[in-house]
Amino acid sequence: MRERLIPMLRRLPRAATIIPMVMLAGCDMVVMNPTGDIAIQQRNLILIATGLMLLIIVPVMILTILFAWRYRASNTKATYDPRFDHSMSLELVIWSCPLLIIICLGAITWSSTHLLDPFRPLDRIAAGKPVPPGTKPLEIQVVALDWKWLFIYPAQGVATVNELALPVDVPVRFSITSSTQMNTFYAPTLAGMIYAMPGMRSELNAVLNAPGDSWGYSANYTGAGFSDMRFRLRGLDAAGFEDWIRQAKTGGALDTNEYLALDRPSIRAPVMRFGTVADGLFYRALNRCVEPGTPCAAEVMARDMERMRGKPGMPPSHGGTHGSAPTPALLKPPEEKGSGPNITAPQPPAGPDQRIPHN
Amino acid sequence: MSEHSLQKTIFGRLTLESFPIHEPILLVTFIVVALLGLGILAALTYFRLWGYLWKEWFTSVDHKRIGIMYVILGIVMLLRGFADALMMRAQQAVAFGPNEGYLPPHHYDQIFTAHGTIMIFFVAIPLVVGLINFVMPLQIGARDVAFPFLNNLSFWLTVSGAALVMMSLFVGEFARTGWLSYAPLAGLEYSPDTGVDYYLWALQIAGVGTTLSAINMVATIIKMRAPGMTMMKMPVFCWTALCSNVLAVAIFPILTAAFAMMILDRYIGTHFFTNDMGGSPMMYWNLVWVWGHPEVYVLVLPVFGIYSEVTSTFTGKRLFGYSSMVYATVVITILSYLVWLHHFFTMGSGASVNSFFGIATMVISIPTGAKIFNWLFTMYRGRIRFELPMMWVVAFMLTFVVGGMTGVLLAVPPADFVLHNSLFLVAHFHNVIIGGVVFGLLAGITYWFPKAFGFKLDPFWGKVSFWGWVIGYWIAWTPMYVAGLMGVTRRLNHLDDVTLQPYFVVAAIGALIILVGILGTVMSIVMGIVRRQQLRDVTGDPWDGRTLEWSTSSPPPAYNFAFTPVVHDLDAWYDMKERGYKRPAGGFRPIHMPRNTGAGVYLSVLALAPGFGMIWYMWWLAAISAIGLLVVAIGHTFNYNRDYFISASDVARTEGERGRLTAAGA
Repeated sequence: MRERLIPMLRRLPRAATIIPMVMLAGCDMVVMNPTGDIAIQQRNLILIATGLMLLIIVPVMILTILFAWRYRASNTKATYDPRFDHSMSLELVIWSCPLLIIICLGAITWSSTHLLDPFRPLDRIAAGKPVPPGTKPLEIQVVALDWKWLFIYPAQGVATVNELALPVDVPVRFSITSSTQMNTFYAPTLAGMIYAMPGMRSELNAVLNAPGDSWGYSANYTGAGFSDMRFRLRGLDAAGFEDWIRQAKTGGALDTNEYLALDRPSIRAPVMRFGTVADGLFYRALNRCVEPGTPCAAEVMARDMERMRGKPGMPPSHGGTHGSAPTPALLKPPEEKGSGPNITAPQPPAGPDQRIPHN
Repeated sequence: MSEHSLQKTIFGRLTLESFPIHEPILLVTFIVVALLGLGILAALTYFRLWGYLWKEWFTSVDHKRIGIMYVILGIVMLLRGFADALMMRAQQAVAFGPNEGYLPPHHYDQIFTAHGTIMIFFVAIPLVVGLINFVMPLQIGARDVAFPFLNNLSFWLTVSGAALVMMSLFVGEFARTGWLSYAPLAGLEYSPDTGVDYYLWALQIAGVGTTLSAINMVATIIKMRAPGMTMMKMPVFCWTALCSNVLAVAIFPILTAAFAMMILDRYIGTHFFTNDMGGSPMMYWNLVWVWGHPEVYVLVLPVFGIYSEVTSTFTGKRLFGYSSMVYATVVITILSYLVWLHHFFTMGSGASVNSFFGIATMVISIPTGAKIFNWLFTMYRGRIRFELPMMWVVAFMLTFVVGGMTGVLLAVPPADFVLHNSLFLVAHFHNVIIGGVVFGLLAGITYWFPKAFGFKLDPFWGKVSFWGWVIGYWIAWTPMYVAGLMGVTRRLNHLDDVTLQPYFVVAAIGALIILVGILGTVMSIVMGIVRRQQLRDVTGDPWDGRTLEWSTSSPPPAYNFAFTPVVHDLDAWYDMKERGYKRPAGGFRPIHMPRNTGAGVYLSVLALAPGFGMIWYMWWLAAISAIGLLVVAIGHTFNYNRDYFISASDVARTEGERGRLTAAGA
């Protein structure tokens, strides 16, 4: 780890960072020291971009100090030229140096953004190790609930809460959605982050290259339980993964009722494993129709399009797809206005069915 | 109608519980604030200052007084916003492992929301607008802004917004949604209580003020420059003020529209930004950032202008590359509209869209880099007097380039995929806002204070402020950069990993050092007032300035210039001094001036009331005061008693007084 830290340290921007540098000796900068191939490439990109920019930042800082010292008022030996306010050649340098660096950085940006696009299927497992032809990525479906992570392994028929196990050196394709909030699936050791959004499916292609445990987080604030919304990311070898699946199989069933119970806001949910998963659960979570009787968004939209074929204007409105909407303020009768208390911590919910306030 | 529903009709959701009777921390704060407030009110009454304040300040349409009031508002709100910052730092320094800290999420989340909202909307904006208000008309040789009454109204509307935010401390709660109140979290379904409503109405009211002020400034700069001052002879600060206000005119309506739709979602049940029924939360994110990114430049461009003025004055040199500075400002203005998506690359817009916005963001660093070089080469072959404003410039150049570098790093989408929403990002924007905007505002306040009051700020406490801010910034935020590289995300109330604690302890120490800096700022004003006799400047030009504001007396007379100056050169006052300019001693004419009016105050109180009524569901109050607002606004248009003349003899007396003072001082 030291060997990796040293070039990083050298790039740290200022001499004034000595205190944290001492502290760094004992820390684990996961972003700078990841175990997944995508995250490693992202790390390399950070180092390259920083290095490129330091080419101009360091001289500017040195010149600033130099000029400030040399042309101080008490130094009467330095040239004083109050009319020096223009120089074509200097202007050329001033504009072209940043321009050249941005051209290089722009080119790197364009290619790396396309290569490391989370939606793009992987073509390598690690540097110099292409994905063997015919490999199918491991499918994992992720639902961000308040405030826990649900992982469904459709091919294996198991699901877990707050625990993500990945076989090492196998390409993984995550399909990610959220039940209520704009959330962010963030696995710094694996491949960075992507938003989990209600009614939307985002995708992340990644691979883990070393066994070992680390953490994944929710990176977008979603309310009261946000700080503890984390999952254990476990890298396992092939045999270990088989074992893990076998153990998970012994868990209970994730049916509609169980999912709806999970969907209720809760803080610090423990790791859970489910041996069976209801059919099409992810599709229904994505289309906001897990609750029996609610129409699925995809079908409602298809129906609206059918109905509107050839007609201009907006489709007619349709019913709610995810429970009932709250009564808007102006339509509330006086008795339902409630109270706006001034408190620093809400009372814990009275019964098991009572919802924790969202934030 | 039952008694209960009658009570609800009258008071809406305001109940006894809305006051912090059960919350010791808040109750004590409330009592202290109330006592302080009562003390100030009693002192004002005792010294019979109400009439003076009302006649000379509150109702004033003088751009200088309005500018000073904006700066006072900004400094007061800075103390509130910084108190929030200290509470956050304290929580994060202790809340590790088994220790939950002293702030539960319900409270902590309000604090970080209030911190961001206050620092941007009620500290940075008022300070920037205040300095523009005070300096710009003087620099272009005008007697006031284009619409003096509108200027007063803009200020008081901003005060109304700030008052609503402050009220939420003791009446109900503030939002727990983050400073941009993202949908769907801020929707009625997930945030039903008063917090988001406070946020929305406070910012709507203050936003109207900011928009009106921006329109006013643009009109002033375009139409009211002194004869001879062509656009390319305008001081750089005025150029940056122009670009900043053009930006503000274009973007604030977007924010107002986004908030209006959010209000409709919450009050009448539309579905603009809800998860269901065809709403799109992503649209809200886009709209607020179409406002939000240019807003960064609304704040930082005028501050770049301040650095330019200060550098040129204290190096005793013309600004290097004036025209390239102007073009750089204009280029930044235009480009700033094209980069908002970099705030959510991780939403997954696709590689080509992300690349476009990433590269557009990097391109902004070219004109910004050119600006840095221009300041650098202004110092080159200068004779630099390291007075406090110039010290801020050097600290800015060394600090800001690091923030710029991390900013460009975050603009590389794949890098952003690991750094977004982490403390690295938070450290980056504090790096550019503290190291760029705050340093510059403090430089500007120190630089123009003697112009406003006729004496300098206390230099010793000014230096305390300088070292406190600069050292404090680096100690507070360097560990946050590192924590971000360790994968720590923002807005955490509690962390499990105790090995991270030292970073947060160091950050808290840094925040305390910044506190020393803030106290230094306050003390430099207090001690400046106490020692005003020693620090007095009677020349009107204490720094050997170069632009027109230094040609008049300090503080300037109500009419600014007895004769409108005629401009021949970029550094107009320097040019006048070179040519041996003598102040005319006679031949004065009556000067036409706008008259003070209380309408701005009345209208702002009437704008606060509907906001309060809507937040608390008191529909009657909202309806009545909204109608009142309309009636008073229309009524004021029939007030034709809006102007008066300062007689030639009064001008002669004021100018003669100044001549006598200058002679005595010299």
